[in-house]
Amino acid sequence: MNAVAGNAVLEVSGLEKHFGGIKAVRGVSFSVRKGEILGIIGPNGCGKSTLFNCILGQLAPSAGTVRLNGEDVTGLRPSDLNRRGVGRTFQLLQVFPDLTVRENLVLAGQEHHGTMMGRLFGPRDAGLSDAADRMIGFFKLDHLADAKAGGLSYGQQKLLDAAMAFMGGPQIVLLDEPAGGVNLTMLASLKDRLRAMNDELGATFVVIEHNMEFVMSLCTRVIVLAEGKVLAEGTPAEVRADPAVMEAYLGH
Amino acid sequence: MNARTDFAAVGQGAPRRALSRIDPALVSIVLAAAILWFAPVGMGRYGTYVLTLWLVMAIAVMGLNLTLGVAGLKSLAQAAFMGIGAYTVGILTAKAGMSWYPAFAIATLATFAMGIVVGFPALRVRAHYLAFVTLAFTSLVWLVLRNEEWLTGGTFGLSNIPRPTLFGARLDDALSFHRFVVVVTMILTLAIWWLLRSPWGRAFLALRENPVRAASLGVDVRAYTLLAFAIGSAYGGMAGALYAPLVEFIDPSPFAISASFFLLLMVVAGGSGYLFGPFVGALLGVVLPEWLRFTGGLYLIIFAAIVLLLLIACPKGVLGLAEMLWARAARLVRRTP
Repeated sequence: MNAVAGNAVLEVSGLEKHFGGIKAVRGVSFSVRKGEILGIIGPNGCGKSTLFNCILGQLAPSAGTVRLNGEDVTGLRPSDLNRRGVGRTFQLLQVFPDLTVRENLVLAGQEHHGTMMGRLFGPRDAGLSDAADRMIGFFKLDHLADAKAGGLSYGQQKLLDAAMAFMGGPQIVLLDEPAGGVNLTMLASLKDRLRAMNDELGATFVVIEHNMEFVMSLCTRVIVLAEGKVLAEGTPAEVRADPAVMEAYLGH
Repeated sequence: MNARTDFAAVGQGAPRRALSRIDPALVSIVLAAAILWFAPVGMGRYGTYVLTLWLVMAIAVMGLNLTLGVAGLKSLAQAAFMGIGAYTVGILTAKAGMSWYPAFAIATLATFAMGIVVGFPALRVRAHYLAFVTLAFTSLVWLVLRNEEWLTGGTFGLSNIPRPTLFGARLDDALSFHRFVVVVTMILTLAIWWLLRSPWGRAFLALRENPVRAASLGVDVRAYTLLAFAIGSAYGGMAGALYAPLVEFIDPSPFAISASFFLLLMVVAGGSGYLFGPFVGALLGVVLPEWLRFTGGLYLIIFAAIVLLLLIACPKGVLGLAEMLWARAARLVRRTP
């Protein structure tokens, strides 16, 4: 279609979501290019989470389309979407507390190759122990590999949560408030690891955040949502300087 | 020097790794089967019957433990599946003269298929809503068993259900049928053991703990939900298929709604989600009432009190309590050098 569409991993166009008379998302369009970190910010109730849920198949959008590498994936079930290459994290922490760190990562990757029968009769770790250990090394959780995830600190669980989203070798990962509730030290290492994911492995991701400093220092491009619409779009510096953004969000 | 130490390390490490690869659960299953093979010697006909009944119920509880304990789907249909299994075998062997083996296979497949059908509501409703849907299924099956007299014999039941033969020998006496059930139970326990340690076991657990997160990691919630129901139901069917030739006479009463609750109780009391929980639960449900028989009319009250106290003391069941005590003991041992 246009120049951007060629290397757009994710393309959202004209997305709308109505709950009865309330229009939570009103015609949002944007695309995510390969290898970029896109930030989506906006005040409370601006439709960020609803937008995320519509893209990720948790909610059926009222109108609009979502394309992954040019292919229409609107309304696909979350598990199908994930197996096609869309990883995600949730706003609230979602690790499996009774499984070890390594098992959490194996679980996150095991459904991405082979068949159901192959998994039943194949190796116990679905052949993913090495991949899980590499991921553990990358996120610097080596000393915790065999610890139950439920026993980790909140920040460590956040790191594991993010690592799980990358296990299936996704095309793109959507992170829902990764910085929420994480202390400053842990936040620095989370940002460091996410940036390394992007620099070293070329991972593409979208970050929804409240923490402005985190978004501005991590993302290459930022979209500002207000009242269900795109208010501004640009580099962190451009967005920061935009008077409309100041008015809607930063001014408060 | 370095090369030598490395070499030595490999030599020492390898056998230890081979040893640790033998799963203690696997050893326990085979060992328990060997013990149970000889256990009824000198027990008499009735003692042997109770022991066999314990194993048959344990199979049904194992199935429900997979559906409910591992995958977290609150089903109250297990007694119905047991009934379908028992009546399928009863009708096919006693009325149609079929051999037990194909009848067993048909009962297994039929309950597997019905498990998929009953599993469909679980894709839409969870928790107590699902319990109500499966409860309705149980009462429906019970009504069919009671009212369709031409097929099921109604309240008169089906009698003279033959026991299977093995290599031409009839397993009519209590001991040889018991040993037959021991082998079947061992195979079915090994199958569940394998299932739970495979990636499927991990996916079922994810389904119970957090289905939304599981789906976001590519776990096909629909497929695994239906499979958890189908496999669990098939275990109920297989238990029924062994129950019919064990008691040699079946009527609808053991497959009523109350039996479904009783099976649920055994899952919880034994230790929901534990591999060996069903055996402990079935022991409480089948053997404990026998031991309490000397109390006469009081036995139901005592039984209820024991189960109540047990669940207040350890909501995770007997094996949950055992695990907690074991962890405590291990901590004590570690602290004292």
